[in-house]
Amino acid sequence: MLDTAWIWRNLPKIWDLLVQHAVLSYVPVVVGLLIALPVGIACVRWRWCYPIALAASSAFFAIPSLALFVLLLPYTGLTAATAIIPLTLYTASLLLRNIVDGIRSTDDSVRQAAAAMGYRPMRRLVSIELPIATPLILGGLRVAAVANISMVSVASVIGVASLGDLFIDGTQRFFATPIIVGIVLTAVLALITDLVLVSVQRVLTPWGQTRRSK
Amino acid sequence: MNVFDSVWAWFTNPENWSGYDSIPVRLVEHLGYSALAIACALLIAFPLGAILGHLHRGQALVLTIANLIRALPTLGLLTLLVILAGIGLMPPMVALVVLAIPPILVNTYEGVRFVNAGVVDAAKGVGLRGPAILFRVELPVALPIIMLGIRLAAIQVVSSATIAAYVGLGGLGRFIFDGLGRQDFAQMAGGSVIVALLAIVTEIVFILIAVLATSPGVRGRERFRFSPLSRKKVMP
Repeated sequence: MLDTAWIWRNLPKIWDLLVQHAVLSYVPVVVGLLIALPVGIACVRWRWCYPIALAASSAFFAIPSLALFVLLLPYTGLTAATAIIPLTLYTASLLLRNIVDGIRSTDDSVRQAAAAMGYRPMRRLVSIELPIATPLILGGLRVAAVANISMVSVASVIGVASLGDLFIDGTQRFFATPIIVGIVLTAVLALITDLVLVSVQRVLTPWGQTRRSK
Repeated sequence: MNVFDSVWAWFTNPENWSGYDSIPVRLVEHLGYSALAIACALLIAFPLGAILGHLHRGQALVLTIANLIRALPTLGLLTLLVILAGIGLMPPMVALVVLAIPPILVNTYEGVRFVNAGVVDAAKGVGLRGPAILFRVELPVALPIIMLGIRLAAIQVVSSATIAAYVGLGGLGRFIFDGLGRQDFAQMAGGSVIVALLAIVTEIVFILIAVLATSPGVRGRERFRFSPLSRKKVMP
């Protein structure tokens, strides 16, 4: 079932697709976090923002990736941006809830202690509330990263290169090897990414508070 | 003609509203695939999650299975199944069921597993046994979380059911893939807009079902828990 000769012949191409796939999955995670953090902080600071941002993000999250890829085609064409823009917005939508819940999860007694020690709101946010929110935010990042990695392959259908090219190639030639290679590499990329984010969480939260994420 | 005009023209073309490949027909096909997939996923994941959660067993197993399945690319699974089993309803169904299992399994498990221990003790105290505790206490209390899992699964299935058309079946994905093949952007975009609207409607319907199905007592407790007065004193 698995044609190893094909794999050896196409190793450079497979490697290129893997790199492209990783870029298309990771860039949205980073940019999505950079968008969601200020929005999340604003939603905690000004309460009325949150229901609006939450409704917008959950409506957005419901829109299928393939639909967004298609609708972006006339504007961004067959560039990486066509895949990166929707995935960035998904990541930001997913993280918003975790960031807001994370910041709000700071115990009131902790906040009051910080206020009593003379922490101003900005410093309290950076050195107390965000660290306490870190496990929840990283939990969201893990979900977003793994979801992106498995969603990126759909972009191949409209012509943006990723490991999904292997699925399309395999289907068109009725040949299982590329598809199996694509599935295994996608899953391995997702698992490695998840492990790396778990290690990041260990490093960033040495006090070992393991708050579980949903 | 610009993009919006051509998409609008596609929507208002009467040819697209009647016949075997019209919008209503594709919509019904799409809803059919989605409903079947969600029903199958519920049959597998809900009892498993509820029983394991009730027994407080298998947390590592549930989370590992869910994460492994999440890492599988749906498109890859679908195309592999088509090559192994041929074109038919089975490959897209399996791919969609696999997609829907993790959120239902994890939320049912965690919802039941993390019901307040005091509530379960009280149920034991008034003489309820295992199954009665599960059906009359744990499941009703966990219902909002379980419904959230089903909602996430439903949205993903409705979104992803488009790929059934990639392997020759119907559904709203037909417009996207036929449009792609014919370089007909209006058709692709029209199909995409319908899928997007359908996903949002699905989300709203499941939110309403969750609100209506949840016991008023549980709902009241949730409301109380999320807006304690003490939070208002110190805000960042």
